[in-house]
Amino acid sequence: MAKLDLMLFEEEYTLLTEIINRLEKDASAKVVFLVDKNGQQIAAAGDVKSIDATSLASLTAGNVAATDGLAKLIGEKEFSLLFHEGEKDNLHISIVGKRGILVVIFDQNSSLALVRLRVKKASKELQEIFDQVENRAQRESDSGSRFESPFSEITDEDIDRLFGD
Amino acid sequence: MTFINYASREINCKIVYYGPGLCGKTTNIQWIFEQANPEKRGKLVSLATETDRTLFFDFLPLDMGTVKGFKVRFHLYTVPGQVFYDASRKLILRGCDGIIFVADSQKARMEANIESIANLATNLKENGFDIRTIPYVLQLNKRDMPSAVGVTEIERLLRFRNEPMIEAVANKGTGVIDTLKASARQILMELQRA
Repeated sequence: MAKLDLMLFEEEYTLLTEIINRLEKDASAKVVFLVDKNGQQIAAAGDVKSIDATSLASLTAGNVAATDGLAKLIGEKEFSLLFHEGEKDNLHISIVGKRGILVVIFDQNSSLALVRLRVKKASKELQEIFDQVENRAQRESDSGSRFESPFSEITDEDIDRLFGD
Repeated sequence: MTFINYASREINCKIVYYGPGLCGKTTNIQWIFEQANPEKRGKLVSLATETDRTLFFDFLPLDMGTVKGFKVRFHLYTVPGQVFYDASRKLILRGCDGIIFVADSQKARMEANIESIANLATNLKENGFDIRTIPYVLQLNKRDMPSAVGVTEIERLLRFRNEPMIEAVANKGTGVIDTLKASARQILMELQRA
């Protein structure tokens, strides 16, 4: 496998959620999403129900991946920040560490400057949690004493059931 | 790279449909979208050109139910098949858990199939994967076409690792779910081994 699987436990998830909840308030944002670079949503805060979060996560990751490709074409490592300005709502997308993407949706109740400022602080905190997650996975992988996966006893019948057989 | 969230008890897997232009990748996931229980499927996102050719990707999230108390969700992606969209194809393979290669059974498309598998191998490698070990299913699509090559011959040309091989007519739904199921089985069994 190219990279270790991303496994998130209760306490890490709680910490990540706390940080983005705080960011949503401090930045006067409408919604904040934390997404992984492969297009999967990790956590969300704010008026989440108003948005199709799954599609947003996938399209954001696609957008970041395409922009990464563009950066490399012109000799840049990456563009760590993307900003899309709409008539009412704006989208602020930034990279967190190696695998996270932070998406902030905000309207006229906030400003780009405020969002940038708050995102900077939150990104640092999020990065620390991601580092912890990565280090734990690496330790478990190195020592072979990996957390016992609930999938270790998965059966053919379990899979058949998923397809309603 | 599977994402397992122990807090929300969810597991997310990414499956990528790969193959040459017009082989039926989008048709596969459109059929799944149409057949899936509306409560279990998300929106089908298609980034396509005005002539309905895939420009970047199609995306369909599917809730499959639970395994061992974990909600299993598959994220299905297609790549653009046309040769000149190679940069996009590479990006979509990022973090994938399994590949479904959709081969076009028509005689005139055999070379395109072979080239596309070679291209897949290169792009997987650039993403840190090995085509010989990643969960991989071969779908022989368009079996109903008059110029379809015999299964034994296609197998000789395209099958290289004893992967599951499924005959399909994607626009009629034949073999579509069997293909997805074969891929899901491989991915979930991989988790068991992990």
